[in-house]
Amino acid sequence: MIETRGLRKSYRSRVGRETRTVDAVRGVDLKVAEGEIFGFLGPNGAGKTTTLRMLATLIEPDGGEAVIAGADLRKAPAEVRRRIGYVAQGGSTWDESTAREELVLHARMYGIGKADAQARTVRALEAFQLTEYADRKCKTYSGGQRRRVEIALGIIHEPKIVFLDEPTTGLDPQSRAYMWDEIRRLRAEGMTVFITTHYLDEADALCDRIAIMDHGEVVVEGTPADLKREISGDVLVVGLDPDAVEPANSLLADEPYVRKVESGGDSGLRLYVDEGATAIPWILRRVDGAGLKLRSIELQRPSLDDVFLTKTGRSLRES
Amino acid sequence: MKTARDTWLVFQRQILLLLRNPVWVFVGVFQPVMYLLLFAPLLKSALNAPSQAEAYKIFVPGLLVLLAIFGGLFQGFGLIAELRAGIIERSRVTPVSRIALLLGRSLRDVVSLIVQAIIITILALAFDLRVFIGDLLLAYLMLALIALMTSAVSYGVALKVKSEDALAPLMNTVAQPVLLLSGILLPLALAPGWLQGLAKWNPFSWAVDGTRALFVGDLGNEKVWQGLAITAVLSVVAVAWAARQFARSVR
Repeated sequence: MIETRGLRKSYRSRVGRETRTVDAVRGVDLKVAEGEIFGFLGPNGAGKTTTLRMLATLIEPDGGEAVIAGADLRKAPAEVRRRIGYVAQGGSTWDESTAREELVLHARMYGIGKADAQARTVRALEAFQLTEYADRKCKTYSGGQRRRVEIALGIIHEPKIVFLDEPTTGLDPQSRAYMWDEIRRLRAEGMTVFITTHYLDEADALCDRIAIMDHGEVVVEGTPADLKREISGDVLVVGLDPDAVEPANSLLADEPYVRKVESGGDSGLRLYVDEGATAIPWILRRVDGAGLKLRSIELQRPSLDDVFLTKTGRSLRES
Repeated sequence: MKTARDTWLVFQRQILLLLRNPVWVFVGVFQPVMYLLLFAPLLKSALNAPSQAEAYKIFVPGLLVLLAIFGGLFQGFGLIAELRAGIIERSRVTPVSRIALLLGRSLRDVVSLIVQAIIITILALAFDLRVFIGDLLLAYLMLALIALMTSAVSYGVALKVKSEDALAPLMNTVAQPVLLLSGILLPLALAPGWLQGLAKWNPFSWAVDGTRALFVGDLGNEKVWQGLAITAVLSVVAVAWAARQFARSVR
């Protein structure tokens, strides 16, 4: 559905008198299959939105190629526009308009006739449970309602692919769960959904496949399960007294069965080990032998954050 | 065909929103009305005009051109609000015609200007201004072209600077000399030679001269077609330039 090769974009920014070139996206290769929810994960400033905006024809790439829903991004952007939907991060509704007006207008901008646009609007309002508020001004909507209108706008012309830029950012947990269901419904209707997010749990729970982006590059791509499986071994979360964290860190980092130690601040350490069950008694003995107080120890399966950590050396939570 | 359809689409929405909040049309007309009521009465003696009606024939055309210039130049503010709300980006992901995104908005501005011009004209009629309807319609055409040009410029600049803080001083800086060099408040016939020479380079001074000729019923005056031609050419240039800004990537 989407195939990109070497997609690049750099910006020139002026700092004082100096002009600097910032490589926002430095060669992105992606393959997104039809009918999947593809998640684009990464810290803020990783280049997710820039990539998305290039794919949605909003900014022109400096280099590279992309074919989207069978249309060439560089040669036929107008054709790409017809086949995709795009929902921006910052909103796209006008305070003084109603959801119905917005939807009809947006459908008509795709060249759809008036009667058809109105019929589609009625169906979309129904599907997104917005009928009740359809004729109220957008400024009266809650954050969740407004986001639903925006998603409905993005798919009113029944595109093959819809791009959603951080669709759940700023929503309360309930609206977020509701939005996940909506996104799954789009997939069930045969749409390919491309979302960006910086929530690990969202990528894990919602996406069929993900790509993790950092500093303008895709560092890893695959299904969440495969990516986590690739990190062989377990994660041990060790709870310690605040003043015991540092000594325990240097103590355990030298142990042969510990592959990596990450400090979790005052609360303890995250240890990456080959086999959690056998490592636990060794750790207990070592920490106890050094006279440090251990509060808790917990065995965890690797998360997507651990995937990010092993690929970039940083935690996504911190960046 | 597609451009016309899309322009109509954008125009319809803009007019709908304007009608929902028509107070802005009246806010825009407030200042020129004040000029008409509180400044124009000074003109009969200042201009040595034979009657108040004659003075109005000189002053009202200038006032209308002023309204068209300022009304247009400050339309960019509304666009920046739309930019911020994501409306422009949302439009740009659709295959909608780029020139229609501009024209739909600029035509709304033209309509709202003409409504304001009609209000001013009717008020001026109460002060014994008399003008032949055919000449008046031609004058309105001139005003429409000016508003189209200035609002297109304002939209193009708004898309470039993307902030109200930059747009306001920029537009004021342009508007001030344009206003003073167009003989709007007083005819440039009163000006010294160097000032008249400078004003020749100001297209709006040609537009004001042309509109004044129309208001005195001098349809054959070459200033009429010169003014119309200059404003027409400039509005085409302005529209073409601003439409390109809509087509280019803006956030």
